[in-house]
Amino acid sequence: MQREGSAFSGLGVVMLKELSDHLTSVRMRVLEWLVVLVALAALYGAIQQIKDTTAEDPFLFLRLFTTSRDPLPSFVSFLSFLVPLMAIGLGFDSVNGEHTRRTLSRILSQPIYRDALLFGKFLAGLATLSISLITLWLLVIGLGLLMIGVPPGAEEIARSFVFLLVTIVYAGVWLALALLFSILFRSAATAALITLGLWLFLTFIWPVLAGAFAQMILPPDPRYMALGLQTPGTAELEQILARFSPSTLFAEVVVALLDPTTRALGPIYLSQLQGAVLGAPLPLVESVLIAWPQIVGMIATAIVLFVIGYVIFQRQEVRA
Amino acid sequence: MSQDTAKDAVIEATGLTKTYGSAVAVDHISFNVGRGEIFGLLGPNGAGKTTTILMMLGLTDISEGEVRVLGFNPAREPLSVKRRVGYLPDTVGFYDNLTAGDNMRYTARLIGFRLAEREKRIADALERVGLAEFADKRVGTFSRGMRQRLGLAEILMKGAQIAILDEPTSGLDPHATTELLGIIRAFKTEGVSVLLSSHLLERVQSVCDRVALFSAGKIALMGSVADLGRQILGGGYVVDIEADGAGLAERLALIPGVSGVEKTGIGKLRLHADRDVRPEAAAEVVAMHGRLKYLGVQEPSLEAIYTRYFEAKPEEAATEGTRHAA
Repeated sequence: MQREGSAFSGLGVVMLKELSDHLTSVRMRVLEWLVVLVALAALYGAIQQIKDTTAEDPFLFLRLFTTSRDPLPSFVSFLSFLVPLMAIGLGFDSVNGEHTRRTLSRILSQPIYRDALLFGKFLAGLATLSISLITLWLLVIGLGLLMIGVPPGAEEIARSFVFLLVTIVYAGVWLALALLFSILFRSAATAALITLGLWLFLTFIWPVLAGAFAQMILPPDPRYMALGLQTPGTAELEQILARFSPSTLFAEVVVALLDPTTRALGPIYLSQLQGAVLGAPLPLVESVLIAWPQIVGMIATAIVLFVIGYVIFQRQEVRA
Repeated sequence: MSQDTAKDAVIEATGLTKTYGSAVAVDHISFNVGRGEIFGLLGPNGAGKTTTILMMLGLTDISEGEVRVLGFNPAREPLSVKRRVGYLPDTVGFYDNLTAGDNMRYTARLIGFRLAEREKRIADALERVGLAEFADKRVGTFSRGMRQRLGLAEILMKGAQIAILDEPTSGLDPHATTELLGIIRAFKTEGVSVLLSSHLLERVQSVCDRVALFSAGKIALMGSVADLGRQILGGGYVVDIEADGAGLAERLALIPGVSGVEKTGIGKLRLHADRDVRPEAAAEVVAMHGRLKYLGVQEPSLEAIYTRYFEAKPEEAATEGTRHAA
């Protein structure tokens, strides 16, 4: 059965309205300040550290993102905590909020499809996050220029730009998750708690559990243990399990992108090192290729989460 | 159930059914709404009124049967239906952080009006419901009555041919209700058909041309209030008279068609007749030089019809009672 008209009529209107709501909301302002302040602190620490230690580094600029100075974590690790928080903060009440305000049936009685509403909300959230992240990225580059005084090379800019894109994708994963739960749960508080709980679980608990599960399923070989080495099978399984968490995927991509000397994500076999010049940087394309499965994995996760939400939303009753 | 066929029907429902699993929410209902008619869907909460409305708007799937709105099938052509039909949901909500004007602007842009037309339509609509001065106020500060009126303004702005109003008067004070019913009557004068649902029988009685009484997903009764009154209450007219004059009761009882006279107070009489006997009764009072203080005929009330109907069918009334309690 073919529906009449376009599923996307009204998409732009919904998106612009949601975007303006996000950008003017108090919630967004608080989140933005949180991110900016925390990022500045991390950046300051990194710059101090770089000034103290680095003599010659071809990728000095990228160190801005990854260097940490006690007690502050690096800019990247801050970002990997705060980006999901922002995404969840923007998405957790997007659909159930319309139910609570009793606006849903009124909006859906206008000549638009539900598709437009959901897509519009997702795109608006993503646009908001992109705006914030791009601003932050420019801020970092600007501050780096000012405080280190060394202009970044094209390669560094390109790498950090790809990093920016990946961060937006990562934000998209959590936004899609928050949107899904905002469809599933009628109460915004429930949706927020469950989304945050899942984020905590996937980011902090799952990596630990992955190790435990891997050792349960494939117990380490005592011969390797005697040598103080990880059993290859167990290590691989642990990594496979850990990669079910988007946080792990993001961390791996970040390593590959911001550290050009990264040659592989995961255990490296001696055979792979044959002929390799250790410590030599890889070109950007090669680094992206190393992280490509992770990047695709994150995009796919976001799409799958969105589609699940979409299907549920299409079948959901409109009435409160 | 005799099916009233309105000429030039804008809504035609035939055998409309909605089931949730094994539960039947709406059970094979058929009705027509004519152009410029005010049609009331009346019944207790949970009788299937809102579900029927959502099916007409294509907002919920139809399990069985068919409905055509302005000739369109809402399941297949929801956009065509929704472009021409205005809907005021039960306890309508707006974005509280936006002004009344901005809320309307959002809807107007979703409908697809161009900028100049949009502003003119919004201003006109707000003016008509008496909210022009509140256009730049946040909806968060609005009372319930104002929100309902804003909802009606949205329908006016849309230029809808059919207005579907779900419980438009519930939770409003008498003054706000009167205002709202006034706006609804104005719809009719412009040729807009109105379909409204309510559980407050006496409120909507005054505006509805025809009503359908819902009960447990079925239409129990349908027709104009007067017709239903004749059908259910036995077709009698009740005329109240307040006048003095000795032997008046006896003389009034002799009027052809009067079946009984009862005294309801000092100088107050109630006539039961099979037709409107007010002219004859007045003539009698004047003929014996009595002083006529009051003469009126009781309109059949929906409340009475409803109660009488379910008294006659106690088993249905019983299920009704449990639904109310729930």
